Amino acid sequence: MSPSTSLRASPSTRLRASPSARLRARRFEFLIEWALFLCALLSIGTTAGILVVLAVETFAFLREVPITDFLFGTEWTPLFATPRFGVLPLVMGTVLVSAIAMVVALPAGLLSAIYLSEYANPRVRRVIKPVLEILAGVPTVVYGYFALLFVTPVLQRVVPGLAGFNALGPGIVMGIMILPLVSSLSEDAMQGVPRGLREGSFALGATRMQTSLRVVLPAAFSGITAAFILAASRAIGETMIVAIAAGQQPRLTWNPLVPIETMTAYIVQVSLGDTPQGTLEYRTIFAVGMLLFLGTFGLNLVSAWLRGRYREEYA
Amino acid sequence: MSTAAGPTVPSLSGVAARAGQQTPAADRPVKIDAQHLNFYYGDTRALEDISVRIRRNIVTAFIGPSGCGKSTFLRTLNRMNDIIPGTRVEGKVLIDDTDIYGPGVDVVALRRQAGMVFQKSNPFPKSVFDNVAYGLRINGMASNRSELAGRVEESLKQAALWDEVKDRLDDSALAMSGGQQQRLCIARALAVRPDILLMDEPASALDPIATQRIEELVYDLKKAYTIVIVTHNMQQAARVSDYTAFFWLGRLVEYDRTDKIFTNPSEKLTEDYVTGRFG
Repeated sequence: MSPSTSLRASPSTRLRASPSARLRARRFEFLIEWALFLCALLSIGTTAGILVVLAVETFAFLREVPITDFLFGTEWTPLFATPRFGVLPLVMGTVLVSAIAMVVALPAGLLSAIYLSEYANPRVRRVIKPVLEILAGVPTVVYGYFALLFVTPVLQRVVPGLAGFNALGPGIVMGIMILPLVSSLSEDAMQGVPRGLREGSFALGATRMQTSLRVVLPAAFSGITAAFILAASRAIGETMIVAIAAGQQPRLTWNPLVPIETMTAYIVQVSLGDTPQGTLEYRTIFAVGMLLFLGTFGLNLVSAWLRGRYREEYA
Repeated sequence: MSTAAGPTVPSLSGVAARAGQQTPAADRPVKIDAQHLNFYYGDTRALEDISVRIRRNIVTAFIGPSGCGKSTFLRTLNRMNDIIPGTRVEGKVLIDDTDIYGPGVDVVALRRQAGMVFQKSNPFPKSVFDNVAYGLRINGMASNRSELAGRVEESLKQAALWDEVKDRLDDSALAMSGGQQQRLCIARALAVRPDILLMDEPASALDPIATQRIEELVYDLKKAYTIVIVTHNMQQAARVSDYTAFFWLGRLVEYDRTDKIFTNPSEKLTEDYVTGRFG
């Protein structure tokens, strides 16, 4: 009799806390939940705030400058006595440098992804992958001076007519910077390809290279494309390297040997200067920023969509 | 098909009835001859002193509980285990009297000679045509488009898939049913003209009807190929195979004519397994 009562009594004393303690615990849980919610809200709020400021200032800018002049004008001289607000030279500078970066990062990143995913044994991969990712942790200002003071002088010895500030040097260095992103994300995509596909290929007498290029790569295609797009968006948004080493001359050209200016570098230039707040010149940086935001945001959306599709294929 | 000499229809009931037709199989030349084969994953020995002689143009079934080494042994026959890091082989496997683990062996040629079909069908995310053409292309086995198309058609016919897919060769292979995908994988393996077909539980993920089609296919294909099939399904082993090897804990317990394994095995362990007393 007594053991059974004590058995029944003991959980009630241990598991059932007093009403006041339960209330305290519930209040504490409630506080925690709200604190976490506020933390999450903070980053969303910040993003929303940025968007609002960008939109308001861009709207104010577009009331003075027709949107067609802004988007399709070929001259960008907002700080001159007779200002022109055609953003195309900045867009072209951005596209040029990013394109050079992608030309460097795509083949190198893809090849290193193939090596890491298909050739390297797991031990080598465990060492090399983090080392490669350190490249992504180097401050971009270091890359900027690396481009200006090392890569460009070296290039000047082999490329005649290369100016001290140019699109080529920063483009190449930017390519090195986004290489880990390309290789790491591409490797993830290739690792996601089922092992059975590789075995099927090997069983037909394929070599590792044939298997990588003809089976794994096509199977991981959407994931790799997503990696490329994400890298491109990173290149487009990159600021320090181009601000330091590409010059500050908005120029509508495909020539990588002369100084140019990207959208990001322009924003740096104006925000560092003494342009008074509230003026039209000041608002240009928000208009350019908005354009930049829309561009990278669009690319990120495409990338996310592609990755989602990829996951569906091999869920 | 039925004009060929020897057995014509796989009989579900007639394990014993077929015993008479098995005798010639014992006289056929040896195709695969494993001698004292040991296999290691790192320090773990997965196969222990396996010796077995598999004769030409018969179906051999490997049976045994999970983890007994039957799949591992199958994969030593075309050196598929090579791609797993940290594995090691001791002993010999002779195919047509050549040691496939000997020096100077061309693994690519070996894998072409010994085609493999996997448990989980693994068509490439390509069209039906490109799946079958893959092996031909990478091995440079067709000199022009029409020869390629001809061999693709021939392989699909051999795999009893042609009539179902001839109008949608350009469709993605991933859109096919599971049974069709598996027969596509068989067609893909046949396209490079192997003489051995290694099948690793080819029907374990399929429904009974698709399974039956695979079994009929195995029966037809043994006229031209030496077939080794790993199976968990003992009825399947009894239905499709001429010889059966029973593996247990990495060892080959018994290897004999299928009817003998299932009706009168020499080893107590085999009897316990085939009668369902364990495993």
